[in-house]
Amino acid sequence: MDTLLQQLINGITLGAVYALVALGYTMVYGIIGLINFAHGEVVMIGTMVAFTVIVSLAGSGMPLLIVLGIGLVVSVIVCMVLGWALERVAYRPLRHAPRLTPLITAIGMSIVLQNVAMIIWGRNYITFPPMIEKIIYDIGGASFTNVQVAIVSLAAVMMVGLIYLVHRTKIGMAMRATAQNPHVASLMGVDINRVIAMAFVIGSALGAVAGCMVGSYYEIAHYQMGFMLGLKAFTAAVLGGIGNLAGAMAGGILLGVIEALGAGYIGDLTGDFLGSHYQDIFAFIVLIVVLMFRPSGLFGERTGDRA
Amino acid sequence: MSEKPILLAACEVAKHFGGVKALHDVSLTIRRGEIYGLIGPNGAGKTTFFNCLTGLYKNEGGYFVFDGNRLAADAPHKAAAVGIARTFQNIRLFGNMTAIENVMVGRHLRTNANVFGAIFRNPATRAEEVAIVRRAEELLHYVGIHERAHDYAKHLSYGDQRRLEIARALATEPKLLALDEPAAGMNGTETEALRLLVEGICRDGVTVLLIEHDVKLVMGLCTRVAVLDYGEKICEDVPAAVQKDPRVIEAYLGGSVA
Repeated sequence: MDTLLQQLINGITLGAVYALVALGYTMVYGIIGLINFAHGEVVMIGTMVAFTVIVSLAGSGMPLLIVLGIGLVVSVIVCMVLGWALERVAYRPLRHAPRLTPLITAIGMSIVLQNVAMIIWGRNYITFPPMIEKIIYDIGGASFTNVQVAIVSLAAVMMVGLIYLVHRTKIGMAMRATAQNPHVASLMGVDINRVIAMAFVIGSALGAVAGCMVGSYYEIAHYQMGFMLGLKAFTAAVLGGIGNLAGAMAGGILLGVIEALGAGYIGDLTGDFLGSHYQDIFAFIVLIVVLMFRPSGLFGERTGDRA
Repeated sequence: MSEKPILLAACEVAKHFGGVKALHDVSLTIRRGEIYGLIGPNGAGKTTFFNCLTGLYKNEGGYFVFDGNRLAADAPHKAAAVGIARTFQNIRLFGNMTAIENVMVGRHLRTNANVFGAIFRNPATRAEEVAIVRRAEELLHYVGIHERAHDYAKHLSYGDQRRLEIARALATEPKLLALDEPAAGMNGTETEALRLLVEGICRDGVTVLLIEHDVKLVMGLCTRVAVLDYGEKICEDVPAAVQKDPRVIEAYLGGSVA
């Protein structure tokens, strides 16, 4: 098997998921300068909800695609409401507080959501029933599945849609204006509170889709899965230049590829001293290197001009 | 003049910053169709008055009545919604957006499309988006910078940026346009062009509230002028009378003349 090609394919799949989650971080950061550390948990809730819906509908005799579709839609709606509620309850009252306060609150919300999920779905790993029949395609010594194809193409559609929304529609224009100068935007009649809520809602919807992808890719879920996923997506956002949408997309894909290549070659590089389960270290090596040498990220300029 | 209806009445508006009385019970009335000047030495409270009016600051005392209704401007977008638009002393455009996009943001308020329309692209939304672009083009034409429509706002010349700010403010369809030192840093020719633009705006039915340091511009343009000094209104009259008022001369020249 061709390791390089195989790991590239895996990396792009993983990266597509990171990119979608990273967009949630970067949209919120671009507009209010807050790193919403609870975003990873929103993704986790998205996975869990999709899991519950799909499992409970599995015996209903509905066609598989419909069941999966309903699971995805319900998960997206739940996460949108959750994202909206987070902003409304936890962050809006702290809008004018010192920057550290909402950050700590975000970490607090992350812990709250983890524990709520633990109460609802338990502490054990949840395995997805193998419902989707995997079709494996071969290409030049490497292989990929229909699930991977679905993940990458759905992610691509979502990203194109988001770019269109932000650059071609009224609400997107209001978002960009708010990111650049909230006071002036509001003087032009833009309701800042709605725009900020919208950033959370859209980010959470993307997160829910990413959560469903993770669930269907790894076929496993856990109430703490959002932590590491969130941290890596945050790294992807920083890598691309936090606040920058294109940056989050590129950063996500890049991070996924780096991680997959790292996992594929770490055994060879260290003489089998470290195995592929050390793949997580690559994300954080990347984070440290970026923060040291290019703290504004690959795409340098931010959409907003906040520090 | 006096038979025209009142558009804006400020009633004993007060604003403090700690112990500093930035505005001390300022009352004034602006009538429809006026070009009303607000002048005063630096730090007199002119911009603070604007900020209270547009909801950027919350005034501690007094209130505004705008177009017959008490103004509950606890958020700037509400002031914009009732028909108050402004520009800034230090230009505040959305620098990383094009000129036409800046104006399109101003149309936000007067259009209905929501996020569902944006996603599902129904015909009403698309028609509205076309209308937004067309209106934005008209406004750029109106202020005379339509050739720069697709340049980034930050790349426009200083005078064009000032014009773009005015176009953006007009896009909200204001009843009252508040201009904060629009002629600051302009040369004679640019100031003259600005004077013509403001006169045109007024003729087209928008009442103008003008903060300005250029006394010649204010005196030539305004129908009435109020003078602020240390947060208090010391005079309100037609320009010719204001120029002769001893309190105004004292405020500007430091008392030796009186």
